[in-house]
Formats: sequence, C-alpha cells, structure tokens
Amino acid sequence: MSAAAVNAPAADTQSGTRDVVAQAPARAGVRRGLVSAGAKVWPLLAAVGGIVAVWYAVTYLVLSPERRFLLPPLHQVIGTTVGNPNIMGPMLDALGQTVGVALSGLAIAVVLGIGYAVVMVQAGWVEKILYPYAVILQTIPILALTPLIGIWMGYGFSARIVVCVIIALFPMIANTLFGLQSAGPAAHDLFTLNRATRAQRLFKLQFPAALPSIFTGLRNAAGLSVIGAIVGDFFFQQGLPGIGGLLRVYTLRLNMDALFTAIILTALFGVAVFSVFAALDRAVIGRWYGRGAP
Amino acid sequence: MTRTLVLDDVSKTFPTGTVALDGVSLSVAAGEFVTVVGPSGCGKSTLLRLASGLDEVTGGEIEVNATSTSYVFQEATLLEWRSALRNVELAGELRGAAKPDRRRRAQEALDLVGLSGFEKQHPRQLSGGMRMRVSIARALVAEPDLALFDEPFGALDEITRLRMQTELQSLFELKNFAGLFITHSVSEAVYLSTRVVVMSGRPGRVVADIPVPWSYPRPPELRYEPEFAALTGEVSAALGEHS
Repeated sequence: MSAAAVNAPAADTQSGTRDVVAQAPARAGVRRGLVSAGAKVWPLLAAVGGIVAVWYAVTYLVLSPERRFLLPPLHQVIGTTVGNPNIMGPMLDALGQTVGVALSGLAIAVVLGIGYAVVMVQAGWVEKILYPYAVILQTIPILALTPLIGIWMGYGFSARIVVCVIIALFPMIANTLFGLQSAGPAAHDLFTLNRATRAQRLFKLQFPAALPSIFTGLRNAAGLSVIGAIVGDFFFQQGLPGIGGLLRVYTLRLNMDALFTAIILTALFGVAVFSVFAALDRAVIGRWYGRGAP
Repeated sequence: MTRTLVLDDVSKTFPTGTVALDGVSLSVAAGEFVTVVGPSGCGKSTLLRLASGLDEVTGGEIEVNATSTSYVFQEATLLEWRSALRNVELAGELRGAAKPDRRRRAQEALDLVGLSGFEKQHPRQLSGGMRMRVSIARALVAEPDLALFDEPFGALDEITRLRMQTELQSLFELKNFAGLFITHSVSEAVYLSTRVVVMSGRPGRVVADIPVPWSYPRPPELRYEPEFAALTGEVSAALGEHS
C-alpha cells in the first residue's frame, strides 16, 4: 500500500524555512539527509562568497586609495589581526565573555518565556491579564531601557544578562503561547472524553503540539540574545569587557582592521548560534513526527 | 433489550439563541446501529456532543447505560508526534491503564482494523483511510458499549469510503456495540445501519425512523440491489420533504 504523503501545513509560519519533504523509502533517508545538509550549506557558502566579492569590489573599485581605510581589503584585515596575539587575545577573551552573557540570558529567557506562556494558557482571563505585559516588554526599545538597567544593577554580568533576557523573552513567550494553543478543538474533546487531568492535557497534548513553535521561538530568541549581549557590552563600558565594548574602543580609535575582525567574529557567533538551534530544531522535530516526515 | 442510549425530548439552544435541536427523542439499544441523516446544520453533530457529554442539553433528558463510550471524530484527530500504536494507546494511558496491558490491547485493535505492520508509522506517513482506521482502532480499544461516529468518512475519497463502510460493519458485527452514526450520505446510512433516523433542517427534529431489514455481514454488492435502491429512495424522500 502506498503511503500517500499528507503534507499538513507547516507549523512554523513565522520562519517558513522548514522544508516539506515528500515521502521516500526509509533506506534513502541517510543519503537524503546528507544531500539536504549539503543543499543547505551551499547557499550559505555562496552568500559568504557574494559578500566577500562585494567587499573587494567596494574596496578597490569604489573607494579611492586615500579613502580605502574605510573598508580595508579582507586579507589585510585578517593579516594584521588574526596573527597578532596582542589584538586577538583580548578580542577572543571579550568574545568569550559575550558568549557567556548571551547563552546565560538565552537560558533564562527560555525558562521564563515557556513558563509565562504555560501560565497564560491555563485560562482565558489569565491570558488577557498577562499578555499585555509581554507586549509592553516587546515594544519598549531596548536601547531606551539599557542605561536605566545599568544605573539600577551596575555594569556587571547580571545587568548584561537582564538586557539579554528582556530582548529574547518575547519571541519565547509568543511562540510558546501560539504553539500551546495550536492543538485543535477535536483533540481537546478527545482528552475531555477520556477525563484527562490538566497536567495530562498540558504534557501529552499542548506541550508536544507546541514543540515546533517553541523551536521557532528558540531560534529567534538565540539570535536576539546575541544582540542583547553586544548591546549590554556597548553601554556598560565599566566592569567586564565584552566584544561590544571592544567594538566601541576600536571605533573611537579608528582601528579599522580590528573593528572589522570584531564585527566578523560577532557575525560568526550569531550564525553559529542560529545554525545550532536550526539543526537541533530539524533533528528533534524530524524525530518527533516520525522518520521521513517533514 | 437494554437501551444503551436514550434521548427523551432533547432540545439544545446555544447562548447565541440558535436552536440546534428541538424535541428530539431517539434510543439506541445494544446490537443496534442507528444512523442519523439530515441536511447540513440540522444539529446532527450537536446530537453526538450531547450524547457523549461534551455538551449539556437545555431541555429534555439523556440517559446513557454504558460503562464505556467512544467517539470517532470527523477528522482522524491523531496526535502527529505519536506512532499509530501510541495513538491507539492514548485512551488507556489517560485513564491510567498499565503499560503492557494497554499496549497489547492497542496492538489487537490495530490488527483488527488491518494495520498490522504500521504500528511504528506516524500519522503523516499514513494515507487518509489509514489514519481513519487508526482513529477507529483508538475508539474500539476501550471495548465501548456505545460508539459514536461523527461523519468519520466524510473527508475520504469514494473508493476508500466504500471500503471503510464494509470494514466498519464487520467490526460492528464482531463487537456488537450500540452504534450511533452521523452522516449526510443516504447510501452510507442504509448500507451500515439497522435503523435510519432522518432529521429535518434547523431546528433539528426527527421526521422519520426507517428500519433496515438485512442481516450482517452485508456484501458490498447489496448497494446495487433493487431493494437497497428502494430503501435509499424512501430515506431520500423523507429528507427531501423536510429539508
């Protein structure tokens, strides 16, 4: 009997990146996995190549030699910084500091965001009361709030984590809530007819149904927490130096080679965080819905 | 003969003021398979929701003499993240049945609907007909005294639908529950049931109660016999006069 593929609408309407893979025999699964991994890496490499090409074009074709310091060629940027431990040492230390802040902030945002959504979904009136706070949190520009956080909490690790949490929290709350509410009325009826407890309904229906959108939230929150950590560094110059602090120092000194290296490092960090969560997403959700399913 | 489900002068008015059902009386005994046909929006689904306890009546009374009631929805309503076997296990799991016991019974139910070998497949890997079979297995695993069906085959293609009808009537013959089946296909109603109840358009009322004489199992060819056509004609006439 042929298993006709029933391609349910993809759950992550926000990202739209999850491929809808047609049915194929299980034997081809591994090879298809490799092919699709290759197919995903390829466009990314091409994009990096495109950026490098535009970079060199601007350096050599747009900028006159006396203005070339505005965008030094990539090989010069790498040549003067990567081999120089006096520049790379502090830069990597600072990056490590920022990574620590971003990941700690993300972890807290994930726990708080999922918890907040779980509380909201318990009753309509709870959601009505609690949701506006989440929206307000989202609409206050983080740049307006950050100096205040510094005044209140000092300029250390904890203040920077708070900035991260504030910026990463909303996508976790919104996506988890959307996911928890995604189970259909008939599925809820099924649980009602079997006299399911509130906990059974949460853990056997709402939470599993929410998993794909929780991962979407996680991917967005991960990217934002990197931004939050750098924003924190940028504002909080005292205390522990982060990569954002160095960005500011290099800018003030017009140290263009170091500035570009720092920017590249932060970009690589952002891409790495996003990729890890995207891969985790695909692995878990693929397993969750059965091998060979989208 | 014990009457498993009795609806006595049941009415249902929604808070919006819509009168879905108006004075419906109906009973289903063990070994009876009663099908309700009626135009769209005549409150057929409401009838099932009331019988199952998902909704409350606003008038009249419902009596259910069943230790176990099961419900088959319009859509298969499977949990996408669970394999076929674990979907069938769900009812036992929610009611706290021991794992080896509920797993064995789930396997038996899957075997019964012809899905042996598909235990580990997830819903997205199954066809529409197979998904509905899993849904029926999940309903039968509880050994229900009363089985409620809310247009379960409405979304299936014609060929699958006819095959599912044949399979369902042999399951009914085997398990001998009291069945209440909602459909708007007259031929499906006549083929499956011991009695066809015809309802009028909104507000829903019972306008005809037509017994179907043939014993089970009914061969698929029965659908092309003259007496089958005569009975579907009678049901259609009752429908036509009141819709």
